[in-house]
Amino acid sequence: MKRSAAYPYLAWLAVFTIIPLILVLYYAFTSVSDGAVKFSPDNFVRAFEPMYLIVMWRSFVLALAATAICFLIGYPAAYILARKVGEKKSTLLFLLLVPMWMNFLLRTYSWLTILERNGIINNALFALGLPKMDLLYTREAVVLGMVYNFLSFMILPIYTALSKIDASLIEAAQDLGAGKMNVFFRVIFPLSLPGVVSGVTMVFLPAITTFVIPNLLGGGKDALIGSLIEQQFLRVGDWRFGSAVSVVIMGLIVIAMSLFYAVDSDEGEGGLF
Amino acid sequence: MTENNDNKLIELRNVHKSFGKTVVLTDISLYVKKNEFVTLLGPSGCGKTTTLRIIGGFERPTRGDISFDGKSVLNLPPYQRHVNTVFQKYALFPNMNVFENVAFGLKIRGRQSAEINEKVKAMLKLVKLDGYDKRTVLSLSGGQQQRVAIARALVNEPEALLLDEPLGALDLKLRKEMQIELKNMQVKLGITFVYVTHDQEEALAMSDTVAVMNNGEIQQIGAPEDIYNEPKNAFVAGFIGESNIMGGVMREDYVVSFGGDTFKCVDKGFEKNEDVDVVIRPEDVDLIDAKEARIKGVIKNVTFKGVHYEMRVQAENDYVWTVQNTVMSPVGAAVGIRVEPDLIHVMRRAAG
Amino acid sequence: MKRLADICSKFYLGLIFLFLYAPIGVLVALSFNESRSRAHWSGFSLRWYAELFKDPEIMKALYYTLLVAALSAFLASVIGTLGAIGIDRMTKTQKKIAMNITNIPVMNPDIVTGVSMMILFVFAFSLFNAGSLGFGTLLLSHVTFNAPYAALAVLPKLRSLDSRMYEAALDLGATPRSAFFKVIFPEIAPGIISGALLSFTLSVDDFVISFFTTGAGVNTLSILIYSMARRGINPKINALSAIMFLVVIVMLYIVDKRQRPKTEKL
Repeated sequence: MKRSAAYPYLAWLAVFTIIPLILVLYYAFTSVSDGAVKFSPDNFVRAFEPMYLIVMWRSFVLALAATAICFLIGYPAAYILARKVGEKKSTLLFLLLVPMWMNFLLRTYSWLTILERNGIINNALFALGLPKMDLLYTREAVVLGMVYNFLSFMILPIYTALSKIDASLIEAAQDLGAGKMNVFFRVIFPLSLPGVVSGVTMVFLPAITTFVIPNLLGGGKDALIGSLIEQQFLRVGDWRFGSAVSVVIMGLIVIAMSLFYAVDSDEGEGGLF
Repeated sequence: MTENNDNKLIELRNVHKSFGKTVVLTDISLYVKKNEFVTLLGPSGCGKTTTLRIIGGFERPTRGDISFDGKSVLNLPPYQRHVNTVFQKYALFPNMNVFENVAFGLKIRGRQSAEINEKVKAMLKLVKLDGYDKRTVLSLSGGQQQRVAIARALVNEPEALLLDEPLGALDLKLRKEMQIELKNMQVKLGITFVYVTHDQEEALAMSDTVAVMNNGEIQQIGAPEDIYNEPKNAFVAGFIGESNIMGGVMREDYVVSFGGDTFKCVDKGFEKNEDVDVVIRPEDVDLIDAKEARIKGVIKNVTFKGVHYEMRVQAENDYVWTVQNTVMSPVGAAVGIRVEPDLIHVMRRAAG
Repeated sequence: MKRLADICSKFYLGLIFLFLYAPIGVLVALSFNESRSRAHWSGFSLRWYAELFKDPEIMKALYYTLLVAALSAFLASVIGTLGAIGIDRMTKTQKKIAMNITNIPVMNPDIVTGVSMMILFVFAFSLFNAGSLGFGTLLLSHVTFNAPYAALAVLPKLRSLDSRMYEAALDLGATPRSAFFKVIFPEIAPGIISGALLSFTLSVDDFVISFFTTGAGVNTLSILIYSMARRGINPKINALSAIMFLVVIVMLYIVDKRQRPKTEKL
């Protein structure tokens, strides 16, 4: 029951998360010229070339689209779930959890079967005498894959925030003359914002960095940031540039999140940074 | 309590309420006059809060009717009723500051911001919270939150204010202060209060009329003095103040036996030899010399209560009396018990 | 009005669940299809299941997946539980620092965690002029991303623990060691178990970090599925999906059962 019990844990995390991040920074800020390693911003200059800016912009737009769609279809679902009671509610929550724990790769793969040229949808179109469509390897397919994989991450935190709202607050609002719309927009929605914040975080973060979804469902045609990093490390072998892109993405995430969390002021102990 | 129809601001007629198979209220009939302070008093689970929620519009009676000013409001949602509620744990909106909380009802009704500003400021002053406008509600103490909740309700100028155990979360001293303050506010503003509490002292101290409830039924309605002095049954007697309650038999008018002997009393109108409950307040018991008394006992236990001593007296017939007296008799002393005939309350035994 | 809203909300939830389950349902259904075709049902067959279990590559990946999941869950639980106990005893500032360190692997994008650990391992190998990416590095990386979750599962249990219980045990004559095992441990055990289960599942589910930290010859199921999927549709994956889906349902059901009596008391 002493503080020192935490030392192995903290040491482990220091060695395997902090030192690696320092190494990433080191690689990102150095380049090799004439066989000597020296400090240089070259990798970052390169990362902001138009060609790569387009990749970042595309990742941002697709992730934002997926997040927005998740929010729009997830919020009502969370709202309906939060109003259920008893055994029914537990069962529905269980049903919501199951696909979430299904292997991520398999979930993504399942859409191949549905969307591909000889897949379920095209076969159905064909049977109806309609022309086949190119569904797979499109940006829409990538966004669909993101929405499918991350929807539950949006629903669950919003559901949790909604269920935590004290029913007497809603009654108090009604008591003070608020109709359904006013109760929702002035009381329920503002109080569910912490859930929305974590839902958006939990969808946007994996969406903007994924490389599995664009590689499988986008056919690797349009690179996203994730695919770019993967290529630099595993195929091109340019660790310095790959590290620089990683630093940029981390920076973007930190900025986006601190802007976002500024809205949601008090987050209790052990905050984000 | 005259049966004048025009005076009834709120009236419940034969209200029944059940949740599924659980019956919560049975045949509640009750009216509240303008400017009256009515308290629903009872132990937890007696249905008092449900009754209040029916008035507020949060629950619909299973049967029966409820009317405001003679018009049924059975189908009116809470936001269309001219009453406001102070909720049990205040239910302040945590996403709004003090000013926004109090302004909520006025904003919803689309009042001009100058008017809102003026009214909210005045109301905050009334509850002694001027200068707290911008504070977040969670940074306030329990007592302050309580005041915000009252201000938030009163600013809408409701015809009646419904209060659900509003002082339950406060400590004893603060509770006493708030009791006086609330009562003053009610008199000053001339607003009807319907108040729910399980604290009998609070009910007696503040109310014009008290409705004692148990098991979803009203046991007795009346002025605090009447309820205390003339409890209608053993439950009311036991719940309001402390009592010695014994089984007895009514021999004939003005004669009752209990505790192994027969005594004179002032009650009549019972069947001959009807089983009754006999209720005697601890402060109404005189301790006298054992030789002169018809009920004899031994002091078992003495507790100093500040104003008086409370003693347990083991009577010869096994009943343990609770006696309050400013003079202490030591433990082990043999004493006699005497009660004046008009302080012996005989009541019908509750069915079952 | 009320009924209409009720029907609409039921319909809406139905659509959401259809969206979530249809793709998995399609995989499960196709796993029993005799032919490779996604278009034609050529009869019920367990052929793909048989082939799945005969595929040495898949069986080897399954072995590595379970091994790394079990080992990393165990190690992460030990380190994480001790970490949580230590953190619980810290002062406010120390706690804040420790929580932020805990949050790094949780908040960091998987791909950054993956590449940064890969850099560390390769860097260390070149430093010592020995070693290569493989099962060892895979295991180290899994313990790293699981340990914070194990700690986070135990922390709330410790926080809700009455510290006087431990003192009471000491007062009644227990040594610190027996006080811990007789009083504290039973209280936090549910948190440790949920942390271990979560770690196991996260480990089985992980693809990105494993992808960067494993070496030649050591594949997990996720990595194998990725490379198979890139080569196109493979009915053996359907059979594998069906089995994994079943495992997920059973595991979640057990976890759910364990927790339900508690939630219903509320």
